[in-house]
Amino acid sequence: MTSTYSIDVDCAACADKMENAARKTAGVKSCTVNFMMQRMIVEFEEGADKDQVMKSVRKNCRRVDSDAEIFI
Amino acid sequence: MNRKQRIMLIRIIVSMLLMAVLSAIPTSGILRFVLYMIPYLVVGYDILIKAIKGIARGQMLDECFLMAVATGGAIALAIYTGSGDYTEAVAVMLFYQIGELFQSYAVGRSRKSIAALMDIRPDHASIEKDGQLERVDPDEVGIGSIIVVQPGEKVPIDGIVINGESSLDTAALTGESMPRSVHEGDQIISGSINMTGVLRIRTTKEFGESTVSKILDLVENASSRKSRSEDFISRFARIYTPAVCLGALLLAFIPPLAAIISGSAPNWGTWIYRALTFLVISCPCALVISIPLSFFAGLGGASRAGVLIKGSNYLETLSKADTVVFDKTGTLTKGRFEVNGIHHGTLSDERILEYAAIAESISTHPVARSIQQAYGKAIDRSRIGDAKEISGNGVMAKVDGKSIACGNERLMEIVGVTPIHCHSVGTVIHIAIDGEYAGHILISDTVKEHSKEAVEALRKAGIKRIAMLTGDSGKVAGKVAAELGIDTVFSELLPADKVGKVEEMMEAKANGSKLAFVGDGINDAPVLSRADIGIAMGAMGSDAAIEAADVVLMDDDPMKIATAIRISGKCLRIVYENIVFAIGIKAACLVLGAFGIADMWLAIFADVGVMIIAVLNAIRALFIKER
Repeated sequence: MTSTYSIDVDCAACADKMENAARKTAGVKSCTVNFMMQRMIVEFEEGADKDQVMKSVRKNCRRVDSDAEIFI
Repeated sequence: MNRKQRIMLIRIIVSMLLMAVLSAIPTSGILRFVLYMIPYLVVGYDILIKAIKGIARGQMLDECFLMAVATGGAIALAIYTGSGDYTEAVAVMLFYQIGELFQSYAVGRSRKSIAALMDIRPDHASIEKDGQLERVDPDEVGIGSIIVVQPGEKVPIDGIVINGESSLDTAALTGESMPRSVHEGDQIISGSINMTGVLRIRTTKEFGESTVSKILDLVENASSRKSRSEDFISRFARIYTPAVCLGALLLAFIPPLAAIISGSAPNWGTWIYRALTFLVISCPCALVISIPLSFFAGLGGASRAGVLIKGSNYLETLSKADTVVFDKTGTLTKGRFEVNGIHHGTLSDERILEYAAIAESISTHPVARSIQQAYGKAIDRSRIGDAKEISGNGVMAKVDGKSIACGNERLMEIVGVTPIHCHSVGTVIHIAIDGEYAGHILISDTVKEHSKEAVEALRKAGIKRIAMLTGDSGKVAGKVAAELGIDTVFSELLPADKVGKVEEMMEAKANGSKLAFVGDGINDAPVLSRADIGIAMGAMGSDAAIEAADVVLMDDDPMKIATAIRISGKCLRIVYENIVFAIGIKAACLVLGAFGIADMWLAIFADVGVMIIAVLNAIRALFIKER
């Protein structure tokens, strides 16, 4: 199960940090942040609750970059 | 510029003006400190806030934190040493922000210009209801609906023209500026722009399955497949910042402590200043932004040329290709059988073709169709009489009262005529009129116009080995290869053998170099996926090709292969330039900073300068020279 989200992130280094933070979130199998297109592509674990997982992803991303925004 | 960027620009200008005023007023002591803090906070308050937030969350190596420490440290030093030189700290913050603003502006601009290149997304579809045109979302149009496309509008959904004729501008899809004409009954591809006439189209697909959706999907996702260079930079950035910070810490404490132990003056101020200079260079942003931007620009430039590359990783692989293997039919040749010559004619070529076309009109054999196509005019069936097809040999018919025999050598024997043997390769159709030999028509799969040039262009682009695979006979394959200047040919292959041959060639080539396979995407999907990189040609309207290949050439011009390789080469060269340049300058600044040769001014100029140059260099990947 893979979904794509619009994001708002200012710098490429921050995008890399978001990617790492998202990857470490429970329920996320893999994650790619496309800085140029301002997209986050998330592959979820089997049976994960997407909305719930994305909320923790957003929280974890804000921890590494306080300006990060993910449009869920 | 967006709102965020405009506000930043205003803050930068205000801060600069304040600095200019302050430099003209001689002040000292606490007043001087307070006055200089105004421009510093105006330009850098958000950095300081983010730094504090970062500390609260345990993100000590965040760029904002590092900038805050570097500038705050410089201010503290100015107070401590009593020099009152706050200009440096404010300037570092100022230039850092200028760099960030430039970066965000440049990235936004290139994102927009690339999006504009691929502006093929239709906003609406028009359907006819009770004689009125109604605009609807293309997503809501079902298969088999009739849509109307006015001149100037984009074709929203794939379909068949049922009424009207027009010219289509397909430049956004194929990079080809020649308009394509369409008539009733023609297939029409979404994403092209209708130029002249109103077209009524019966849709054959849903919007989501149409060419335009597939292409947009592909282009938008291309930059998400990261290349090894991008991974390298991400990994590098992760070590770089902590390493530089550790370096700064060591620089601040080890030399002074060593000096104390050896009994000389510790010079704390000097070493702490040098350590702060380190922190100014610690942000890896120039590097981290310029690499994905280069790939993004490369992918965008390629799609403008009608070459869709499915990911940055494929762009990287393509640049390493030194072997290109072609599947002959449909790539180097047109894959259609065409009349290629009329030899030894006793009448004019037109007359011979006319008689042959009329006689062959009773047959449905592919050869008969090629002859009729070459004749190109409507056939007046009243001129034929007494026609019969002699299966496997040809046809015999009366045309305008003359008895025409049209077929292979065996047919000539049957009618008692001695044919003249043809030296050319292909299918030969002999013609006898009233028992006299009248010449023969040569039919063969023709080589595309640009194939020879394309092979030459590939060699120029640095391809060492060019091979051709085909199921055709050795004679035909040899002739085509000789004509085009291809060095390796494998003929009479079954589809399964092609995979084996490609694997053999992949074994044989040099380590680290890559093999590209070019097919028409219709029946060579296994080979396309087996090769290091699969290139499908003529993908307009062929979903199978778009799915199977890593690189998709929208039209079927073989020149585009060399174009794709040149684009990838240029893009990767820019990527390496940026990596070497950015890392090199930063390393040089670190060394100069450690020895006290580079001060903070030089460090921030180097940092922002490197970023600007790297970003401008990256944007260069967007521009591709024509042929």
